[in-house]
Amino acid sequence: MYSSVTSASSFETRKKLLIEEMAKFLPSDSIIADEETLRVYECDGLSAYCERPLLTVLPDSVEDVQKILKLCHRWGVPVVARGAGTGLSAGATPSPDGILLSLARFNRILRIDPEARTATVQPGVRNLAISQAVEPMGLFYAPDPSSQIACTIGGNLAENSGGAHCLKYGLTVHNVLAFEMLTAEGERVRVGGQGLDNCGFDLLPLIIGSEGLLGVITEITVKLLPSPDAAQVIMAAFDSVEKAGDAVAGVIAKGIIPAALEMMDRYAIQAAEDFVRAGYPTNAEALLLCEIDGVREEVVEYVEQVEGLFRELGAVAVRTSQSDAERALLWKGRKSAFPAVGRISPDYYCMDGTIPRSQLSYVLTRMREMSEEYGLRVANVFHAGDGNLHPLIMFDANVPGEFEKTEEFGGRILELCVAVGGCITGEHGVGLEKIRQMSAQFSEAELEQFHAVKDAFDPGGVLNPGKGVPILRRCQEYRSIGN
Amino acid sequence: MTDIADRLVDQVMTARAASRPLMIRGGGSKAFMGRAVAGEAMDLSEHSGVVDYSPSELVITARAGTRIADVRRALDEQGQMLPFEPPEYEGRATLGGALAANTSGPARPWRGSVRDALLGTRIINGKGEHLRFGGVVMKNVAGYDLSRAQCGAMGSLGVITELSIRVIPKPELETTLVQECNEATAITKMVELCRQPRPLSAVCWTGGRLYLRLSGAEQAVASTIGYWGGELLERAADFWRQIQEQTHEFFEGETPLWRLSVKPSAPPLGNDAPVLLDWGGALRWVRAESSLTAMERYAVSAQGQASLYRHGDRNGEVYHRLSPPLRALHQRLKAALDPDGIFNPGRLYSWL
Ligand SMILES: Cc1cc2nc3c(=O)[nH]c(=O)nc-3n(C[C@H](O)[C@H](O)[C@H](O)COP(=O)(O)OP(=O)(O)OC[C@H]3O[C@@H](n4cnc5c(N)ncnc54)[C@H](O)[C@@H]3O)c2cc1C
Ligand SMILES: Cc1cc2nc3c(=O)[nH]c(=O)nc-3n(C[C@H](O)[C@H](O)[C@H](O)COP(=O)(O)OP(=O)(O)OC[C@H]3O[C@@H](n4cnc5c(N)ncnc54)[C@H](O)[C@@H]3O)c2cc1C
Repeated sequence: MYSSVTSASSFETRKKLLIEEMAKFLPSDSIIADEETLRVYECDGLSAYCERPLLTVLPDSVEDVQKILKLCHRWGVPVVARGAGTGLSAGATPSPDGILLSLARFNRILRIDPEARTATVQPGVRNLAISQAVEPMGLFYAPDPSSQIACTIGGNLAENSGGAHCLKYGLTVHNVLAFEMLTAEGERVRVGGQGLDNCGFDLLPLIIGSEGLLGVITEITVKLLPSPDAAQVIMAAFDSVEKAGDAVAGVIAKGIIPAALEMMDRYAIQAAEDFVRAGYPTNAEALLLCEIDGVREEVVEYVEQVEGLFRELGAVAVRTSQSDAERALLWKGRKSAFPAVGRISPDYYCMDGTIPRSQLSYVLTRMREMSEEYGLRVANVFHAGDGNLHPLIMFDANVPGEFEKTEEFGGRILELCVAVGGCITGEHGVGLEKIRQMSAQFSEAELEQFHAVKDAFDPGGVLNPGKGVPILRRCQEYRSIGN
Repeated sequence: MTDIADRLVDQVMTARAASRPLMIRGGGSKAFMGRAVAGEAMDLSEHSGVVDYSPSELVITARAGTRIADVRRALDEQGQMLPFEPPEYEGRATLGGALAANTSGPARPWRGSVRDALLGTRIINGKGEHLRFGGVVMKNVAGYDLSRAQCGAMGSLGVITELSIRVIPKPELETTLVQECNEATAITKMVELCRQPRPLSAVCWTGGRLYLRLSGAEQAVASTIGYWGGELLERAADFWRQIQEQTHEFFEGETPLWRLSVKPSAPPLGNDAPVLLDWGGALRWVRAESSLTAMERYAVSAQGQASLYRHGDRNGEVYHRLSPPLRALHQRLKAALDPDGIFNPGRLYSWL
């Protein structure tokens, strides 16, 4: 069996053998092999990268995932895990010679322990579903990616996802206590625990954010936090991006850590306002949304301070939410900024670089210059409080060459982020998309170290191959092209 | 205040060539921890000094041998602090040592551990390569996080030479409430109070008294005191320093000190040994002439792990034993970073 698969010259033979073998333990509705349905799994949220897998499998028990992994490990067949496919770095793009492992059926919340403030869930549970389930207990799960209605907690772990509120509450890595993982060889391991510290190497932060390259996550225990007593969002409009940038620094310098501190520029404001009518002033050059939460008295005090500070630093309009409905509306504009930009341009490409806050004005100015140079518009939406930029480059994929130009522009933005002391991705991951820029951020020895870690977890190289870390030979090519 | 990275790299290369183990030493403050090991000393204390500190970015970068006390003083001047409140052990503990040994103080459940505050590191691996992982920005998901993976590795995954750490503004006000109660009641109260959105920053029980520290905006602290009521503790800062530094009378004497990291709501362990609860019940210090196996059993019944923190037999295993698949991953990861096994062999586990 082994030799017949590896020597199979055509994908068809391999596919047939895999179906035969999988059908021994998976019901037929868990194996998708027809071309039409497979198209659903061609790409994640970054549709520029498409591949058709040999098969998609939708198991619903850990034992079956284990069998799938053992089989693929034995035969050397690539396995790509998939949550909801909302990723933005082509992390869940299938391997054309491998299987796509959908975790969609692992959608149960297993246990909620309000006393220990934890929830134990399967990986296919949607991010928002956790907070919804624990809300009656006065608790919430903090990381809130804008895609939270759709994306899965398993995908969040794989990408170490953030959200608007991670300025105060941290990223996924700060909010997970434990998980169960299957190794590439199908071994079941538990990482972390119900306590805060664990003995041995801290594998939890190593595996969180590893983009499905080190193991398949099958169960997760997250931390829950008490829902704040009160929260208000302050919206401030500025007539220049620089002034808004200074206002961000001003808030931090005051010793206040807002729950969220987000910025949008003119294009993004207009697009979002047209889309959801949040009441954003469309003549502003930049908009800040600053959320303060905590004990009621504290919120009142800080809101007053921040409003005053924004006025002092030149805000042309300041408005503070007076009800939860108004707060939700102000956030709705921000959370739908990506699709909103999608309405004013045939296509857009979302970047994800991170920079030190002090470099904000400089980077935005340079980006404007490059935007003119490439003749491509850029809308900016970003997590200003932690320096995580999301430039949305607007383009038209039907114009020949425009996507290539967009990619080049995007790549230069990321290199700029590295040059000012930042990094190429704050929360979306490397995937296939940013693999070239990895060699801008890391030396060859560092990349080699990553490969050694990958080999330690997945000696056969079957988990999500070709993603996350570039093959060294390629790096030299990228570098010589860059010069 | 010197950079001796080149010398450190040379020392690793020489040790590797001679297949000689190195015993990495920060300030020598935690020699009591972990297992006793032999090897050529590799002294990091000279590799010290703050490399960059920009208060408005809330980030400090310092060499690994920098004393925590020195970092604290620099931050203090700007009204900032390390979120994880590491022990300073008479001023000798170093930043690299705090990461390697994963030491955090009473605020850990609310402000996170050293790992949570860590943004990036520089590390010398077993091949003598000086590498950089992570960075100085709050968010960075490029590459595997080999910075945070150093946490608790006791130096067995490489020589940490530099750390970038997120810092936080100091709270406007800090006050401690205290009340008398027994251990079981204390756990019930901790669970109940920790579920409320109040500005808690430490919750500890010892000697029949429950201590609740509140930190934050003046209004938030004041309103919580009004809401909860209770007696205010005088000289509260001294009390919390004793907990953080393990100089409180509970820690005195030579009886083995066990550290159990457990589910916070777990009931009392049910042995007669003296116990101190920290971290809102998630950390339980126990004084007992006992075996690791026995303490592991208590910890597991509380859904956690045990380690022998100080005193007792330091030649046997001192950390909670790992499952066979986890053990295999440890060996493979160790080999990926330290192929010749020269860094602190046996310090974490006899087989590592
Ligand atoms: C409109 C929009 C807004 C977004 N906003 C944000 C945001 O604010 N913050 C943010 O961080 N991201 C954001 N994202 C990106 C994306 O939603 C996140 O990366 C999310 O975590 C992906 O989850 P998913 O379930 O869709 O994963 P997928 O896209 O299916 O997979 C992502 C990666 O995880 C791996 N994976 C999935 N499940 C597992 C598992 N169980 N075990 C191992 N590996 C697994 C996959 O192999 C892949 O590499 C946004 C995306 C969109 C489309
Ligand atoms: C002269 C001398 C005498 C000693 N006597 C004893 C003894 O009697 N008993 C005994 O058990 N040990 C002894 N040691 C060992 C030594 O004290 C400890 O292994 C080590 O110094 C503890 O680190 P530290 O005091 O700096 O504490 P920390 O700095 O707090 O270090 C704690 C742990 O972290 C590791 N570490 C520290 N800094 C780094 C870094 N930058 N990178 C990677 N890992 C790091 C250390 O190896 C140690 O495992 C002795 C060492 C020397 C040099």
